[in-house]
Amino acid sequence: MSPSPLAPYLPLAVALLVAAGVAMAMAVLASVLGPKRPTAIKQEIFECGSESVGPAHQRFAVKFYVVALLFIVFDVEAVFLYPWAVNFRALGWFGYAEMAVFAATLVVGLAYIWKKGALSWET
Amino acid sequence: MREFLDEIIRDRLGQDPASWALTQGVYLVAMMAAGIALTTFGALFAGLTSWWERRIAARMQSRVGPNRVGPQGILQFLADALKLLVKEDLISSASDRWLFRAAPYFVVAGFALTFVVLPFGYHLSATRMNVGLFYVLSVTALVVVGILISGWASNSKWALFGGIRAAAQVVSYEIPAGLVILVPVLMAGSLNLHDIIRAQGGWPWDWYLFQTPMGYAGFFILFVALLAEGNRTPFDLPEAESELVSGYNTEYSGMRFAYFFLTEFGNLWVMSAVMTTCFLGGWQVPGVSAENLARWEALHQVPGWFYLVSAAVFCAKTLLLANVVIWIRWTFPRVRVDQMMSLCWKYLVPAAMALVVLAAVTELMSFELFGEAARVQAPLFSLRGLIHFAFFAAGGLVPAVLFFRKTFRNISFVGDRVRPLSNW
Repeated sequence: MSPSPLAPYLPLAVALLVAAGVAMAMAVLASVLGPKRPTAIKQEIFECGSESVGPAHQRFAVKFYVVALLFIVFDVEAVFLYPWAVNFRALGWFGYAEMAVFAATLVVGLAYIWKKGALSWET
Repeated sequence: MREFLDEIIRDRLGQDPASWALTQGVYLVAMMAAGIALTTFGALFAGLTSWWERRIAARMQSRVGPNRVGPQGILQFLADALKLLVKEDLISSASDRWLFRAAPYFVVAGFALTFVVLPFGYHLSATRMNVGLFYVLSVTALVVVGILISGWASNSKWALFGGIRAAAQVVSYEIPAGLVILVPVLMAGSLNLHDIIRAQGGWPWDWYLFQTPMGYAGFFILFVALLAEGNRTPFDLPEAESELVSGYNTEYSGMRFAYFFLTEFGNLWVMSAVMTTCFLGGWQVPGVSAENLARWEALHQVPGWFYLVSAAVFCAKTLLLANVVIWIRWTFPRVRVDQMMSLCWKYLVPAAMALVVLAAVTELMSFELFGEAARVQAPLFSLRGLIHFAFFAAGGLVPAVLFFRKTFRNISFVGDRVRPLSNW
């Protein structure tokens, strides 16, 4: 009987079950062992002793969204490089040239957003 | 692990693993045992590291550090865990309760699941995945999800700032890490962690770190990127105590806080093990060549000591690297947010991209020069072996000698108040 292609992933499922089981068991144990004496003041959010003003769920700086967008673009690109990196010998110089064109396009993109100022934090 | 079990079944029990009735049962029991062992190992390592790091920090700052619980304070982590276990679990009334409770599990999952593929020695890993390295990168990304959830669900400004900062930082540094990790992949032609190790050798000049300039530069880029991804100083902005209280875990207490804590210290092993695998030769034992190992495998006579020694070599390298990370934490000041961002996007990303392109050229050229042999380790007294040794001397020996000379000179300036390296 030859092992199925998914066989290497079975320990992953087992490890996930074990880890989740242990983590949940500890959390349950903690809630059983720990005291439960909630008061209104104890349940306030931490604000260095003073009263918190307004909710924290407000709008925040747009630059974080820019970082998220950049991440998506470049991470997807990095993912495309993986299959090539494993097989690049079989693909040879032709595959290399194709990948270089792909990478060059991205470098142009990086240069563009750099010029646009998307990479400078203090704006 | 399957190969390891097959070997035991064949050589120790005298059964054919393909036809023996109990094979699947043995696999299942071993998987359970491995799952429990890895979880325990992760928790123990995180606990011991937290104590070890506090001791080192104390020594570096001329303090004593925790030394009361157990010999040298080694049981301090048990006392801390016990305290966190019986502490009241506070959930602030303003928080989003479900997300708040769920966040630590994402973080723990992202940490515990990486151990499934990490090698610990020859044939010693819970599983061998052909996409191993890719799997490590993707599973560790779960930690960011947990951190972002915890920051948002806390509904506290400190936690939110910490969480969003952490997300921006981890997500940014994932790109140089993901790119530069392609350098060892290009050199080994595989994403399988064991294959990458087997393509290297036992001696330092056979490691990918010292084989090519690309590997050498890649090692440092990956090191910086993994430091930032693990929120370690000098990139610990998400939990900068002086400005953000404790960052994304400000509102957490008790066991849920312990999970964040566990992951942070446990990640030290994960990042060091990945570095060791990709660049430092993994579990390769100096003196045992690839032909040697292949001969043993063909005869089904891999000696028992080889398993032990390879595991010891791997753990020694990993612990050494983990100690360097601790050393860095107590040496460097924290960088600013804008510095952290521009270091990533303006320096590391272009450099990583250039390294991948250059590494591919070198690999294709060496493939044309040396043929199939370009992918296996070279004997020292051959053209390739000598080139690698020259890189090792230039990139490893010379800086090491200069570093130690400088260190001893600095110590001698202090005079006899500090005897050389005896300040421990």
